[in-house]
Amino acid sequence: MDFLQTLKIALRALRTNKMRSFLTMLGIIIGIAAVIAMMAVGSGASYVISQQIASIGSNIILVLPGSTTSGGLRTGSGGAQTLSSDDVKAIMTDCPSVAYAAGTVRSSGQVVNGNMNWSTVIMGGAPELFEIREWPVVAGRSFNQQDEDGAIKVCLLGQTVAENLFGAADPVGSIVRIKKIPFTVIGVLERKGQSPQGQDQDDAVFVPLRTAQRNLVRSQRTGIVGAIMVKAKSEEVINKAESEIQSLLNQRHRITGGKEADFTTRNLSEILAVAEQSSKAMSLLLGAVASISLIVGGIGIMNIMLVSVTERTREIGIRMAIGAKKNDILWQFMTEAVLLTMLGGLIGIGLGAGGATAVSRMLDWPTLISPQSIVIAFVFSGAVGIFFGFYPAKKAAGLNPIDALRYE
Amino acid sequence: MSSVISLTGIRRVFSMGDQQFEALKGISFSVDAGEFVAIMGASGSGKSTCMNILGCLDLPTAGSYLLDGLDVGGMTPNQLADIRNKKLGFVFQGFNLLARTPAVENVELPLVYAGLHSKERRQKALSAMEQVGLSGKENNHPSQLSGGQQQRVAIARALVNNPAVILADEPTGNLDSSTSNEIMGLFTALNRQGITIIMVTHEHDVAAYAGRQITFKDGSIISDSQTKRTS
Repeated sequence: MDFLQTLKIALRALRTNKMRSFLTMLGIIIGIAAVIAMMAVGSGASYVISQQIASIGSNIILVLPGSTTSGGLRTGSGGAQTLSSDDVKAIMTDCPSVAYAAGTVRSSGQVVNGNMNWSTVIMGGAPELFEIREWPVVAGRSFNQQDEDGAIKVCLLGQTVAENLFGAADPVGSIVRIKKIPFTVIGVLERKGQSPQGQDQDDAVFVPLRTAQRNLVRSQRTGIVGAIMVKAKSEEVINKAESEIQSLLNQRHRITGGKEADFTTRNLSEILAVAEQSSKAMSLLLGAVASISLIVGGIGIMNIMLVSVTERTREIGIRMAIGAKKNDILWQFMTEAVLLTMLGGLIGIGLGAGGATAVSRMLDWPTLISPQSIVIAFVFSGAVGIFFGFYPAKKAAGLNPIDALRYE
Repeated sequence: MSSVISLTGIRRVFSMGDQQFEALKGISFSVDAGEFVAIMGASGSGKSTCMNILGCLDLPTAGSYLLDGLDVGGMTPNQLADIRNKKLGFVFQGFNLLARTPAVENVELPLVYAGLHSKERRQKALSAMEQVGLSGKENNHPSQLSGGQQQRVAIARALVNNPAVILADEPTGNLDSSTSNEIMGLFTALNRQGITIIMVTHEHDVAAYAGRQITFKDGSIISDSQTKRTS
């Protein structure tokens, strides 16, 4: 018997009991919809995290000064001014796994344009900083080496600052006063969005490092940097770069034996990779919970198929008497079960995708419905049909035609 | 004339726990092509068991059964299904049509399992329905047909694969007497066209339509007689 004929018979059987077919499918519909929606929400979370990783820049190591002890009181990390521009140069020249290193200093203060003013973060950074953070300008130009070497009073504005000081007007070429010192705006940076910690990364003004060191921050010695940002050459060598930096700085700062290091290094992508992994584990867990409902749905299918086999015993007897082989009967019932679950799967995919989209609209949470998850859900629903349809179909095929014909 | 059916020393023993019941005690008979045979007997006489064996739905415990020259004895269930499909046509007491399925598709069913294409199936089914006088009822569902018409659909289904023998099990059991006569008339007409028919019945007036009556009692044949046709 050809497949098309089997399909036709199965479709007729499902149509005959529309309500029952629908209720049977409902278990699969809900299960598949739940799996699709959960996976969409989960991969949406992963997407947010990977976006944040990208916003920081990839393969970044942060070197921060350590703490100092004065009069028995220890400051927290970053309390000491132990890192210098010379350390930055040394990292650039002596660490082979490092692509870029940039010293930064950080201050905060009022930035004024005419009658507008805005309190923000003022960052001093070498030109390499924008390479490391993969952060281009959208207007004007970025820093160059002359700005840095000459400690020129120029600045780059973050989007938030530009909006608050200039509104819709183009800030490039204007003069702003940072801590009462006039600076020329040479560019506006691209929008970065939130950092993984939820800070607005666009709420900042950037000036060349040396300009900042001379004019905006106070330090005991010249050439002090608040932090060093380092970009490793690739993801593979990021741990190597970190240990190169540590041993270089240990050597330069004469840290030996049990002496506490006066700096710390932080591998940012690593922290985020952990966050991404935990979000993946979460979505896997959600998927696993949802797939339990699929199993429950499958048991429902098996239940109804068993009822159907009993109900149609006479029909099976007739078919056997006029020449249906065991396999014909087996395939007929298997087809029915698989058709039921696959139809349920399709409806469930539609419902799950719709639900995920609705959630993302309402809660402003990105959801990603990957083609894989749809294929997996569809194949899985078919597999549920095969698995739970087999026993009832086997039972139907195993009937004795004489008994089946006599069944009332 | 050549034998279509030849039974030799057929025994059928049913075991229920340690109890054994011999339903057929070594029966032998043969049926020639073109015969119309009525099998008679009280319930429990073994006639239904014999019919099941003739219909290849059951295998004898001992003895040999040749159907159209083929030894049915050692066949696998799949081979038996094939034999039922190609050599036999069944007509049952309760019509046994598929509900919610148009008459013509009921008639086509044996051809579906024979693996014929839909065009050929439909053509053969329509001509079988014409043969039993049901033209115009092709798309009616069984529930829209009278008992006599339903039995005609069943007869068309039995005819459609051009079988060696038609086996009818109490074909008039669920019909009133005038419809019974109609159906028996149809069987007689089909027999005149050369179709071999074996029919189980316990009604003497129905059996009288057949040219030969075989009577069972307690698992044995007690009489096998040729009669003149009533018509």
